[in-house]
Amino acid sequence: MLRFLIRRTLGAAVILLIISALVFVLFYAAPRDPARLACGKVCTPETLALVKKNLGIDHSLPVQYWDWLKGLFVGRDYASFGHCDAPCLGYSFQNREPVLGTIEDRFPTTISLALGSALVFLVFGVGTGMLAAVKQGKALDKIASSASLIASSMQIYVIGVLATYLLVDQWHLMDRANYTPFTDDPGKWFTGLLVPWLVLSLIFTANYTRMTRSQMVESLSEDYVRTARAKGLSRRKVFFRFAWRGAMGPIITIFGLDLGTLLGGAIITESTFSLQGIGKLSVKAVNTNDLPMLLGVILVAAAAIVVFNIIVDAVYALIDPRVRLA
Amino acid sequence: MSNTNPLLDVSGLTKHFPIKGGFPIRRTVGAVQAVDGLDFQVAEGESLGLVGESGCGKSTTGRLITRLLEPTGGKITYRGQDITHADRKGLAPIRSEIQMIFQDPYASLNPRQTVGKIISGPMEINGINPEGGREKRVRELLEIVGLNPEHYNRFPHEFSGGQRQRIGVARALALEPKLIVADEPVSALDVSIQAQVVNLLQKVQRELGIAFVFIAHDLAVVRHFSQRVAVMYLGKIVEIADRDDLYDNPRHPYTRALLSAVPEATVDAEPRERIRLVGDVPSPINPPSGCRFRTRCWKATEKCATEAPPLVQAEGNKPGHLTACHYPETADTVPAPRLSKDPEAAA
Amino acid sequence: MSTPFLSLRDLKVHFSTEDGIVKAVDGLSFDLEKGKTLGIVGESGSGKSVTNMAILGLHDPRNTTMDGEILLEGKELISASESELEKLRGNKMSMIFQDALASLSPYHTIGAQIAETYRKHTGASKKEARARAIEMLRRVGIPQPDVRVDDYPHQFSGGMRQRAMIAMALVCDPELLIADEPTTALDVTVQAQIMDLLKDLQQEFGTAIIFITHDLGVIADIADDVLVMYGGRCVERGTKKQVLSAPEHPYTLGLLNSMPSLDGPVDVPLSPIPGSPPSLLNPPSGCRFHPRCAFAEKVTDGRCSSERPKLEVAEGRGSACHLTVEQKRELFSDYAATRHN
Repeated sequence: MLRFLIRRTLGAAVILLIISALVFVLFYAAPRDPARLACGKVCTPETLALVKKNLGIDHSLPVQYWDWLKGLFVGRDYASFGHCDAPCLGYSFQNREPVLGTIEDRFPTTISLALGSALVFLVFGVGTGMLAAVKQGKALDKIASSASLIASSMQIYVIGVLATYLLVDQWHLMDRANYTPFTDDPGKWFTGLLVPWLVLSLIFTANYTRMTRSQMVESLSEDYVRTARAKGLSRRKVFFRFAWRGAMGPIITIFGLDLGTLLGGAIITESTFSLQGIGKLSVKAVNTNDLPMLLGVILVAAAAIVVFNIIVDAVYALIDPRVRLA
Repeated sequence: MSNTNPLLDVSGLTKHFPIKGGFPIRRTVGAVQAVDGLDFQVAEGESLGLVGESGCGKSTTGRLITRLLEPTGGKITYRGQDITHADRKGLAPIRSEIQMIFQDPYASLNPRQTVGKIISGPMEINGINPEGGREKRVRELLEIVGLNPEHYNRFPHEFSGGQRQRIGVARALALEPKLIVADEPVSALDVSIQAQVVNLLQKVQRELGIAFVFIAHDLAVVRHFSQRVAVMYLGKIVEIADRDDLYDNPRHPYTRALLSAVPEATVDAEPRERIRLVGDVPSPINPPSGCRFRTRCWKATEKCATEAPPLVQAEGNKPGHLTACHYPETADTVPAPRLSKDPEAAA
Repeated sequence: MSTPFLSLRDLKVHFSTEDGIVKAVDGLSFDLEKGKTLGIVGESGSGKSVTNMAILGLHDPRNTTMDGEILLEGKELISASESELEKLRGNKMSMIFQDALASLSPYHTIGAQIAETYRKHTGASKKEARARAIEMLRRVGIPQPDVRVDDYPHQFSGGMRQRAMIAMALVCDPELLIADEPTTALDVTVQAQIMDLLKDLQQEFGTAIIFITHDLGVIADIADDVLVMYGGRCVERGTKKQVLSAPEHPYTLGLLNSMPSLDGPVDVPLSPIPGSPPSLLNPPSGCRFHPRCAFAEKVTDGRCSSERPKLEVAEGRGSACHLTVEQKRELFSDYAATRHN
């Protein structure tokens, strides 16, 4: 297990390095100069050079990248901002704020949204799927199939706006979406995110119900389930001790992918519910040519996805001893 | 058996599957020695049986001959042409002459294609247009394998297991091959159906003069079908001989044990001598030194551990009967000890 | 007359499927005494596995209807409640299956799976059950049982897995062991080991064994009595010697003739049974074997296709065929001659 974690962490570092380099190259491939924008309307060559120096972009591309990388590990000194401690993601071109601080502010919103809704659809989806498998009822299966089809063809900005209108504005059942840090007030954190959680999980739950049911039915027809029955175990025991483990493997794999989807879709979710997460941050960074911010957001999001995947693989191995971690 | 110009000549054939491992950078840390230095020939129109237990490398051998796998070492010569490492282009003419029949008649036929399409597939791929058109040829083939030519447009699921295996045979025959590698062609079939397919293959072999490499674990079926038989154990041929020599006068202890373990559907007053091998086949990743069978052999000595016995015509063997054993069995060898009740505790 | 240990009376097992009713077992009767082995021979779809799943009550009641009687020491099992059956399964009667890798849970250690059965039926402590599991593994010939007890099934070889399965089935000293093709997936040398093991264990504990197989060679090795099934019915039964040496049903004869042997002639073609096993959704009328039978035309009035032949059993010997004894003597001897000459 330890070997697995070390190997995967090293692999993840390489992936993140490649991603950051790519972003760097792509950013400068675009014909816009951030220094020029920051310099303002009346811009003499002297001020431009000064702006470049202040922003830390007065060198060639490889040197800039190297400076940025170095900043990550040992910190960095800027002409205008002074020293920036490691891990230093630099300062925003746009508002001159440290990138790391901004992300620290925004990331909890995004991750609360993603993990919270993931928990909701995992519990409900797998739960109803199990129920459907026990009952072997075709009706629930059919409902889940059509529901998942409808749900996946709906867009978050449609249901999101609709749900907000009905649940919040019309019926006053729930609070309007807003983010309160968990550490400030767990209650407000919960009520503030409830609507987006429900909306996000609505899209996924039916799919998980369907998947769980079919995986469970398949798992219940396995030979080892028959053996368990043949040695005198009750249906209930067979179900909870044997069958579910066979069903969980594929579901966990899909779950890992869906977590990535949730993060990737953060832009839309946050826009729909007017929440300030890294989704919105990244849009802004692109629009304002804010390279350090963009790099930081992409790096953090990628790191999160990589970490989720390592966890998913480790959990898979815990459930199924045949999976060898390597 | 004419060794002067065999159809297929295999020498030193080796296939090692690499095992990845190591830390922190994954590299090749070992190899599964699936096939390790095989020498044999197949003459035109001859049937060579390859028998052995699971993991002995017989299926790998079949896949190497048909070049579905790339050999690690050794040489495969087909009609004088070296095809050991031939590329796609080099193999093209040979692909039509060497065909394969698979074990599972359910998995090896595309369920979405009609029988006609399945059987004419090889002709299409190889751009062959027989006289009278492909459809006529397919109908002929269906007739040869004992199926109704009118079933041209049916799908595989409309046929029983035995009939599907006949479709597989028809497909293999479509390009008029010179050599067919049949990998356990009857072991998935019901007993009453097995005989139908064995008879069909025998008819095909004799009437069309096609050479066969017949891979099976069932010694009785192999005996019925093959003129020559090679016994494999852990990636090596331990004995190869003409059918009667091998079955009547097995010289390798493993061959003898294998034959004695086959249950026969007869109730004799006097039970046959039974040799019970102890334990399991060792891992091909780290096979025993010297003779690979020594860990389960009741005759093994120090010499067997240090010196790998060559596959040679042992004293008393007829020509063409080769045995890889330091202490070959003879007719009057004392039978192997009837082992104790608990074989593995005795080990 | 004492009651037999296990007794099936006119068992019928029918499955309802989307395509119709499958009559998987259609009127089957036999008795089995303790310490004896009954071999059931048949091809795919003959109903041999369905019968034995029925004895353990493992069919899904939602799509299965069972008729007739299954009596274990006089106790009727078809009408028994699920909880009564659960107490019997793995305890008084247990089962081993063909594919040990698929039949053992990949998620639990060998030891845990054996111990679980033991605890369920004896209420033993975890520690006692583990000790029992190790003892059972030792008894079935697993080397280093105290170490291997913590292995998972995929870490065992094929033969060892089947041994572990046998250990699990025997952990509560069952009186009836049903072995469903337990050696079919194994190599011949390992098969021989497993059959020796079963014979030894039977001698030690006096277990009654039902051994299901398609391989008449295996039957010759292990069975006392033999029951041949075709299309959900018994077509012939008798002692091993009677059935294998002097078959009375054309199907049994056909099976024997279609098998290549290690010492028979090689230059003549085998004598297969033509056609394929019947569909049980829409089985042939009369004798289910008649479309494939070489002798059906020898019986007058087309009775083979119109009338189900009765299974007349005297002293455990009988067959279900319309041919007369004289006809069989004449017709079968020709066939026997081609087999071993």
